Amino acid sequence: MDFQVVILAGGFSSYLVPLVAKEVPKALLPVANRPVLSYVLDLLESSNLKDLIVVVEGEDAALKVGGWISSACVDRLHVEVAAVAENVGTAGALRAIAHHLTAKDILIVSGDIVSDIPPGAVAATHRRHDAAVTVMLCAQPVSGPSESGGSGGKDKTKKPACDDIIGLDSLKQFLLYIAKGTEIKKDTRVKKSILCAAGKMEIRSDLMDSHIYAFKRAVLQEVLDQKPAFRSLKQDVLPYLVRTQLRSDVFSDQSNVEENGNGNGKNNMQNNEVVLSQILSNASMPSFHQVYESGLGTRKTHKCCVYIADESKYFVRLNSIQAFMDVNRDVIGESNHLSGYSFSAHHNIVHPSAELGSKTTVGPHCMLGEGSQVGDKCSVKRSVIGRHCRIGSNVKIVNSVVMDHATIGDGCSIQGSVICSNAQLQERVTLRDCQVEAGYVVCAGSEHKGETFARK
Amino acid sequence: MDTRRGALAVPKVRRVGFFTSIEPPPESSLQRPNRSQSGPVDATTSSSPLSDSPSGNLISPVLIPPSRHHSDNLTSRVAAAAAAPVPVPGPAAFRRYLTPERTLLHVGSYNPPDSLLGTSSPSSNGGLSEDSASLFGFQRSDSTKLSASLPNGGFDLTLAVRAPQESETKIATTSASQGKKKIAEVSGKSESATTKPQKEKEPKALKDKTTKAERRAIQEAQRAAKAAAKGEGSRRADESGRANPGKAAIKPQPKKERLPVTSSVSEKTAVAVEKEKRMDVPQTQMQYDDKSRVDKAKRRAVVEQTESKNKVELFLHLPQYERSNQLPNLSSNFFTLDSIHHAVYKVGLQHLAGDISGDNARCIAMLQAFQEAIEDYSTPPMKDLTMDLTAKINGYVSFLIECRPLSMSMGNAIRFLKNQIRKLPVNLSESEAKSSLCSDIGRFIDEKTIIADKAIVQHAVTKIRDGEVLLTYGFSCVVEMILLYAHEIGKKFRVVIVDSRPNLEGQKLLRRLVTRGLDCTYTHINAISYIMREATRVFLGASSIYSNGTLYARVGTSCIAMVANAFSVPVIVCCEAYKFHERVLLDSICSNELGDPDAVANIPSFRTNAKHSKTMDNNKNLQFLNLMYDSTPSEYISMIVSDYGMIPPTSIPVIVREYRRENLLL
Repeated sequence: MDFQVVILAGGFSSYLVPLVAKEVPKALLPVANRPVLSYVLDLLESSNLKDLIVVVEGEDAALKVGGWISSACVDRLHVEVAAVAENVGTAGALRAIAHHLTAKDILIVSGDIVSDIPPGAVAATHRRHDAAVTVMLCAQPVSGPSESGGSGGKDKTKKPACDDIIGLDSLKQFLLYIAKGTEIKKDTRVKKSILCAAGKMEIRSDLMDSHIYAFKRAVLQEVLDQKPAFRSLKQDVLPYLVRTQLRSDVFSDQSNVEENGNGNGKNNMQNNEVVLSQILSNASMPSFHQVYESGLGTRKTHKCCVYIADESKYFVRLNSIQAFMDVNRDVIGESNHLSGYSFSAHHNIVHPSAELGSKTTVGPHCMLGEGSQVGDKCSVKRSVIGRHCRIGSNVKIVNSVVMDHATIGDGCSIQGSVICSNAQLQERVTLRDCQVEAGYVVCAGSEHKGETFARK
Repeated sequence: MDTRRGALAVPKVRRVGFFTSIEPPPESSLQRPNRSQSGPVDATTSSSPLSDSPSGNLISPVLIPPSRHHSDNLTSRVAAAAAAPVPVPGPAAFRRYLTPERTLLHVGSYNPPDSLLGTSSPSSNGGLSEDSASLFGFQRSDSTKLSASLPNGGFDLTLAVRAPQESETKIATTSASQGKKKIAEVSGKSESATTKPQKEKEPKALKDKTTKAERRAIQEAQRAAKAAAKGEGSRRADESGRANPGKAAIKPQPKKERLPVTSSVSEKTAVAVEKEKRMDVPQTQMQYDDKSRVDKAKRRAVVEQTESKNKVELFLHLPQYERSNQLPNLSSNFFTLDSIHHAVYKVGLQHLAGDISGDNARCIAMLQAFQEAIEDYSTPPMKDLTMDLTAKINGYVSFLIECRPLSMSMGNAIRFLKNQIRKLPVNLSESEAKSSLCSDIGRFIDEKTIIADKAIVQHAVTKIRDGEVLLTYGFSCVVEMILLYAHEIGKKFRVVIVDSRPNLEGQKLLRRLVTRGLDCTYTHINAISYIMREATRVFLGASSIYSNGTLYARVGTSCIAMVANAFSVPVIVCCEAYKFHERVLLDSICSNELGDPDAVANIPSFRTNAKHSKTMDNNKNLQFLNLMYDSTPSEYISMIVSDYGMIPPTSIPVIVREYRRENLLL
């Protein structure tokens, strides 16, 4: 279909600081004991997209990601891992790999999404409108833990509530305005020409940018070349394209038309070509771009389209600790079709090699990785426990994520927390809404709430 | 209505050229067949060389290129021998013309006056039957054929009684590459045969009998045709190369039309004959109420579609799917449909989403996509380009059909392309073949749409005089070109744009005309009888025009035409010749397209009323029907402007017959 797929896997995200570390780049963060990148790869594979470019920030991270990919899915997919310098931003990363891009259109997917929205839909919309860029929008996820433990995470929950401000035309096909909610303090500016041309603009705050974009390659490269200062796709490139859609500096359409004209060879009658294109354009309902274009004659326009995903589809970006918790909860809970695991009758997954002590209960929506040991009289609810964890007796784990090889002493109580791999909790530790960095040791008997444990 | 019809149609029929120059003046034409009947009927019993001469020699110079006629000499002989003493211009015309008439007879019930005529005629004596035959005659163009055969029945009882057997045996023996023609001939025969014996019986019974006899005759003929077709090949070997495509294009026509209407022909033979023809025929319309076929098609289907629940019973034979699911389904499969070239996919999406509407545009978009697909095509190893590419194109076409049923013009274009592929010389290299195909497609687009449109504009503009009020309906790109051009060359006129829900295509036209400075009036179709008072001329676009002159166009067109007729405003239809089709269409039920039923119910300004619409959706007793097209009988059309000039609707078959073979290469 002449699409190239680029996965922007990022490096070590600062938003997820205690969770990611030198050993674990963001892309390999486990969600229900699988790296988050695997969800993206699965999604793309299910759409029959097997030639992928994974862009990772930093050499080390690239090595790690590459190693994982080659071990996990070398037989099914053809993946190129490209390392770019750290902190170049998404636009910078694309600039660095620009020479790899050859197809007509580029599908750019963020490496940290867990979703079941078919990417083909974006591509199809993109093609149908012959757009310069198509953005997939989806409904804001209902963030925060559903029941208990909601109190602590509130400050983080609130944040994405005004993530993106998005202006759409009346048919919800075109993107007229996009800004980050956090950037808008008191007032904002909307281009008058766009507003006039579109006639009506609908401003939505309940939608968010899903970081799945389809770009026309020529447009993308043009913009990246022209504007070396642009660092981020979302914050620089996309708003730029949206802003300039009625006075386009990127003449991709023109060159395409010319190519086609030459390709047809003997059609020396340019006149006919014009008539032809006129017939075609007359046949379709003119978008406001065309109306505007015809009104002013020489102005070039390009289209910025949106694809609004169905609300029933699941979509979460793993860009905050709260999101991490949510994803883990959902993947083994409500949206368990994403995980690819088969659930037991109790709606949980307990690996056969996991050892459970006597009087230990593992509730629904839980997951126990292989080789984990749980002592007596424990209670695990709505939590993910990784591989080869050792959990003592009388431990209570609710709404938490325990990563591989963690050790939890007797009598601990963990609620709404993330225990990273190789971390150690000594006896009778009580954690609530805490994050424990990999390899960290929490002293016995301590009681913490809403803290982050990391080595300085 | 009847009187008008008669008055309008009779002279036209006579003039178009189904009758040659030796034809006596019209007033005597009714008598004429009776007189001459005896000769040819004799010829039937002795054999045919005698009858060869009228058809062979007395051809009108206007219509038939001699070479082809010569090749078909045999057929014409048979035709003449059968019943028609009238000099027939050519077997092809004959064949084709018969069918509309026959179908008309069958399905007379659709059209009360017709059936009345049909039943009354035989019950009367000879003189009266003559009269009724003439009445029949001006229904459709091959009047003389029937008028000849009916009186014949009245004349000679014994001969008529003998006729059926005779015709059957003859069919069995004669070389029968002309299976179709014979069917026609036989039916004519049996008609004449049965009228007489049944004279005293109830009209109804007679009708049944007629069809039964016909059915048997048809069956027999088909069998004979099949058998003979095998042995026949050698004789026409030299001819086959050239004649085949054209012939094939014409041959299956009567059958295709008959199947849905009478549905009495034995399935088996029908399927067999169908199979023979399948290669050449653009796909016959699938009947969606046929369970097994639908299932089969579903298995092949590329796109998953859910059938809509609340179907309208009368239109069960048309595809009805849930519109709301189609687009998301298709688009989510974007990357999984590897077999479909992306350009074709894009066109399919655009068809489905309604981004492209209008026949010309759809056809052009499709052809351009095919062009692109062919450019990107490379023959897989161990495969033949012709075969493989045809299979590919077939796949694309079925994909497009799933997106939206094809229009007639698209069918014609596809047929052209396939023929072009088939005709590729074997020794051509792949790149040469591809470039030749691409340029063929480009040429098709140029000639059939652009240049044709220019020709139409040139013709039609002569019909616009200063101070006129032109009424147009919906949106047709040719009509738009005409109006703009007429404005450009300084004609002073006013335009009335009549539009209809739910598509409101006229608004596009209105916007563009107004920006060019034309004086426009915009109204909806409910005001047509009011606004028609002002109009002095009606310009209409077309989706396709069938060989009986029926105009198949956006729904509402027939209403406009009828109102115009009532106000005696001339109706001018602008249609490129590649949209003509040799099929016959009698109503808008058999072949039509269903749009999104929800579009009918959704009125934009009331959209906020969600509760209201919900109750509408859930109501089982309420079915929405959004028909896309309707058919306008040829009586209401004053003139058709095509790239071959301004012609009456009765001339469509002539164009189809004459130009399809030589020029269109279809």
